[in-house]
Amino acid sequence: MSVMQRHFFQVYVKSKGLQTCHLINRRVFHRLSANLYSQNPPTSKFDERPEFPGSKSEFISKLKFIDPDKVDGIPVYRALGRDGKILEDSEDPKLDSETVIKMYKDMTLLNTMDRILYESQRQGRISFYMTNYGEEGTHIGSAAALDQKDMVFGQYREAGVLMWRGFTLDQFMDQCYGNENDIGKGRQMPVHYGSKEMNFMTISSPLATQMPQAAGAAYAYKRAKNGLCVICYFGEGAASEGDAHAAFNFAAVLDCPVIFFCRNNGYAISTPVKDQYRGDGIASRGIGYGMPTVRVDGNDVFAVYNAVKSARDMCVAQNRPVLIEAMTYRIGHHSTSDDSSAYRSVDEVSYWDKQDNPISRLRNYMTNNNFWDEEKEKAWKLKARKLVMKSFAEAENRKRPNPEEMFNDVYDILPKHLEEQKNEMKAHVKQYKENYPLEHYDKLF
Amino acid sequence: MTVRDALNSALDEELKRDEKVFLMGEEVAQYDGAYKVSKGLLNKYGDKRVIDTPITEMGFAGLAVGAAMAGLKPIVEFMTFNFSMQAIDQVINSAAKTYYMSAGKVPVNIVFRGPNGAAAGVAAQHSQCFGAWYAHCPGLKVVSPYSSEDAKGLLKAAIRDPNPVICLENEILYGVPFEMSDEALSDDFVLPIGKAKIEREGDHISLITHSRYVGVCLDAAEELAGKGIECEVVNLRSLRPLDEETIIKSVQKTGHVVTVDGGWPQYGVGAEISALVAESSAFNYLDAPILRVTGADVPMPYAKSLEALALPQPFNVIKAVKRSLNVS
Repeated sequence: MSVMQRHFFQVYVKSKGLQTCHLINRRVFHRLSANLYSQNPPTSKFDERPEFPGSKSEFISKLKFIDPDKVDGIPVYRALGRDGKILEDSEDPKLDSETVIKMYKDMTLLNTMDRILYESQRQGRISFYMTNYGEEGTHIGSAAALDQKDMVFGQYREAGVLMWRGFTLDQFMDQCYGNENDIGKGRQMPVHYGSKEMNFMTISSPLATQMPQAAGAAYAYKRAKNGLCVICYFGEGAASEGDAHAAFNFAAVLDCPVIFFCRNNGYAISTPVKDQYRGDGIASRGIGYGMPTVRVDGNDVFAVYNAVKSARDMCVAQNRPVLIEAMTYRIGHHSTSDDSSAYRSVDEVSYWDKQDNPISRLRNYMTNNNFWDEEKEKAWKLKARKLVMKSFAEAENRKRPNPEEMFNDVYDILPKHLEEQKNEMKAHVKQYKENYPLEHYDKLF
Repeated sequence: MTVRDALNSALDEELKRDEKVFLMGEEVAQYDGAYKVSKGLLNKYGDKRVIDTPITEMGFAGLAVGAAMAGLKPIVEFMTFNFSMQAIDQVINSAAKTYYMSAGKVPVNIVFRGPNGAAAGVAAQHSQCFGAWYAHCPGLKVVSPYSSEDAKGLLKAAIRDPNPVICLENEILYGVPFEMSDEALSDDFVLPIGKAKIEREGDHISLITHSRYVGVCLDAAEELAGKGIECEVVNLRSLRPLDEETIIKSVQKTGHVVTVDGGWPQYGVGAEISALVAESSAFNYLDAPILRVTGADVPMPYAKSLEALALPQPFNVIKAVKRSLNVS
């Protein structure tokens, strides 16, 4: 066995990991080492081994560069075929039909909500929206494998995680409308959800800043010995940020129980992956940082589920970070400010929508196993739409938050100058109330 | 006690008092701190409370912000605040704004500390003053100690404050010894953030200053006293929030103001105080325009002679005072 194989063998033997985890690690590293080291036969001219503080592998006496173009890419783990058939019985998560139906319903409800809210932006009812089309599998598969109390640091395209945890349609819409029920008091752009109750950290716009923060939160969890882990979602584009490098390196050096989950959906707004990186995606970087790594089919809910479940066990048992790269495709535009037909063909998008969609794949599984059919599909589609429309109408009709809220929460205690300004504002509005649309706002006086 | 030792006591006492508090930064543990401020703390508290980080300001600032969001109380040391620019997004967009943007659900109890402003012969990229940059932002509190008492009391207050606080120290002051009262030596000694201190009372003119320049003003005041001019030296101690009450009261008493700080003149601390005074009731008491003494509007030169000329010296302060009072 090569040094690398030996190391990972020790790792998975130590861990309480599932059989799946064992297979994932061995499969990845056997493949990789077979290619890296077959170019350099292990017999060495030297008796001694290197003793450098930075690296202690082996000496070789023939100069040979490792050519990234000649190394095979890290393989993509898949459990469920596009036709909805389990590929290997040992990899079947054997989830009960109730759980699978919840997975399906959450993905489709999210999809329905996305359609309505995208339209509402187009009609000028909300200012901005981002859809999750094509990536629902990454959200639901991962969320289902976590503990409700595991902290989530998202980027902005992970609404399904909240959906799984029980965030209501009302709560989603109230945030997008920024009305008086919005937990965020109208302070954030739409889709920048946050929920202390659901352990979902409030979304922050600057890319990848959540990554070192996730490592820090995981460090805090390790100190607290609470048996929980942190999951950090980010896109393949955000992974180019310096923060990503810092987060990976740190989490590995400080032994933080964090799952780094990359949604590689092919595009960062209009930038395709070929202009984002030269190497083998994000997964190839994980090994460089010393993290167990796997690449999965992000459109396969079961593969995502299996990977996250294993990763979680590794994190919590060994206090070490894990990298999962979920390959998927962004079927929608980047956001309502984007028109992706400017940089990709309608055919390309249509291909992914029709041929490889997490929702249809799971539906195939469900119909194959006889707990879903056309009739149920029709009924659910109708119900989902009804639920979304009801919530939507109510959210739109709610009042806006109290204008007083503008001054609160800058600090823990309202500073004197802001208190003065707040009182000035109230006095002014009271005096000239006919000029202000107070009926649209939560009671100011 | 030197400022360095005062800061060390503050860290020691707060690490002891609350186990959620921890210190992280480059060289803070094994090396005892790049400027020895954290001397002995690794031995006392172990590597889970005093942590050496890889070289990535954006990384460890982000990590600390995340730890604070999850309930710990980190103290992040920047080797100098110049390097904080590499982490400034985490400080402003994440630490400062999150309590507001999460509608009060996610407090960020964090302290960012380190030497700020000019040192000696370290050139432009190691000599910038960040007082104005950080004090500009709502959501942050900014303190700037001068004496050892200031350093200890303000750092302890910063650590105990649930808001993100920037503690701007000064490398030149680290080695300077100051008298410490018995009260200041106790382990519960905390100074209120947002209160200035009158270091020297005077009737003729108010010198409003912070950090190292309190010393420069005191030297200038000493020399001016010999000429019959009594300066009131106001040590701001906090840049955000500013102690408006003390500033206004002083100006109402003296009718003359000179601000003294080491940052660049445009959009700086002096500019803010000038506007504050002009907009306040103190305006009616002014007998002369408000004058500012600041660092020269150039990146810090390296040559010792030039560096000295690029920063406020007592003669600059004296010149401004004389202009304000219209004496020669």
